Amino acid sequence: MRLRGVYFAVAAGSFRRYATYRIATAAGVFTNTVFGIILAYTFTALWSERPHLGGYDQSQALTFVWTGQAILAAAALIGGGFQEELQERIRTGDVAVDLYRPVDLQMWWLSADLGRAAFHLLGRGIAPVVVGSFLFELALPVSPLAWLAFLVSVTLGVVTGFALRYLFALSAFWLLDGAGLNMLSTLLSMFFSGMLLPLTVFPGAFGEVVRALPWAATMQVPADVLLGQYEGARLSEAYTFQAVWAVVLMAAGRALQSLATRKVVVQGG
Amino acid sequence: MAEPQADTDGVTETETASAAARAVPAPAGSVRTGAGPATRNGPARRDPWDVPPEGLLTRLGWGVRAYCFIAAMWIRSTMAYRTSFVMMAAGSFVSSVLDFVAIMIMFSHVDSLAGFSLHEVALLYGMSATSLGLADLLLGSFDRVGTRVRDGTMDTMLVRPVPALAQVAADRFALRRLGRIGQALLVLGWALAGLRLEGGVWALPLLAVTVLGGTAIFGSVFVLGGAFQFIAQDAAEVQNSFTYGGATLLEYPPTVFAKDVVRGVTFMIPLAFVNWLPALRLLGRDDPLGLPGWADFAGPAVAAGCCALAGLAWRAGLRAYRSTGS
Repeated sequence: MRLRGVYFAVAAGSFRRYATYRIATAAGVFTNTVFGIILAYTFTALWSERPHLGGYDQSQALTFVWTGQAILAAAALIGGGFQEELQERIRTGDVAVDLYRPVDLQMWWLSADLGRAAFHLLGRGIAPVVVGSFLFELALPVSPLAWLAFLVSVTLGVVTGFALRYLFALSAFWLLDGAGLNMLSTLLSMFFSGMLLPLTVFPGAFGEVVRALPWAATMQVPADVLLGQYEGARLSEAYTFQAVWAVVLMAAGRALQSLATRKVVVQGG
Repeated sequence: MAEPQADTDGVTETETASAAARAVPAPAGSVRTGAGPATRNGPARRDPWDVPPEGLLTRLGWGVRAYCFIAAMWIRSTMAYRTSFVMMAAGSFVSSVLDFVAIMIMFSHVDSLAGFSLHEVALLYGMSATSLGLADLLLGSFDRVGTRVRDGTMDTMLVRPVPALAQVAADRFALRRLGRIGQALLVLGWALAGLRLEGGVWALPLLAVTVLGGTAIFGSVFVLGGAFQFIAQDAAEVQNSFTYGGATLLEYPPTVFAKDVVRGVTFMIPLAFVNWLPALRLLGRDDPLGLPGWADFAGPAVAAGCCALAGLAWRAGLRAYRSTGS
């Protein structure tokens, strides 16, 4: 019971920590908005040539763009968040201190990342969508239930994203400098999350594979949930897809973590 | 688009400081051991660091030299983690490739986007990405100015006898960014192979000058962004809107965007000169704003203006700088 309080405190502290940087948040909102506008124009051009591409009409495609910009920071699709911090602690040997703490390493960082994601969803997610809905015709749902379904999906997506990045972060135990793998992690998540182009537009068997990968759970699925692509019972299919990946990847993270802490000599004196 | 936040290097600040101290010789007037080689061996080679440089050209040459020293130091430092370097150079290449794959997927569904074929878009893409890639390679660390102001390491740069601009520009010089330039040049080459450009023998020189001018324009935006961080330290991300965002915008034909957006990137932030205007002439198309013909060749002049403006802004930023005092 008390341990749960600790994780909650870590999450709350992380939320407050990111909330401190107000100018950085404003800068992020500005950047997300600019990218949203650019993408929205290109999507408009594409969907006016091919209406109903990927199962979206034009306003749904535009909503997809702005949902993506809203989730971008929260799901840390372009990196950032805890990854570099944990790797730096591994490189300097500070991770030894973390391992001594009477809390679980993975849960500790998950709590911190959830706190960060909560702030980024509120601080960096809402404003771009509001601007986007003024500039373009969006197909945002009116029903509060649809928004609730979206929030659940985003949370599952953030956990999946965390589990993926945790695996990449732990690579620092072997490589010391994780920058190369971080870059790989970023480019995979940018392309396979649907951030550049909805995964439903990807052609043929390649599209089938891409939509089954864990990155789809971080952005494509939450956006589809918001767009009402999963009706009724199919919503639970979407959740199951996300939850299965989250559990599998978290388990893989634990396995790698125990391997790392047993086999690898911690750096530092 | 993937690059900005992924830009963390695995080398710590302490390594930076000590290595930079080694790379840059001691300033004039500092304590020296021994009597100095000049008195012992007769009129020996004059130490170029001994005399404070005068005149604009001398200062410029000096800054460039210092830039090369620091960049070389960073290349050596990167090579300490060779696996990571190879992965990052390859990653830089692949992430740009995926960027273009997204455009190719778009064109797997349509024959033309806002009236432009895939080869024509590839020309725009190649020009814009090459310019940004070069600017990013040469001046890619200006987003760290805010961090340096906040943690006080900007002071270290100001006490060294090298222009702060050269130091910030060469800071964390990342050779892996050649990966992105390589991909951009491949796309550009592929586009040129599949297109018949207007303008005869002048087509390729115009292309080359435009890409270099575009590099200068993007470079100016980097410097301007750096200067802005003296005022708003945490606002580093804003410049991504104009550099990475701008490059993404320029990858698509101007007909995709609303007229007001095109006007904005022509007259307010002159990104249209990076590729749009000259490329439209090379493709034999009218520009949507109906500018006079000479505007297509104004790139170098616009670039020079941008550089001057960025230089002034940098000086103003540096003057406004207050140390953290700790």
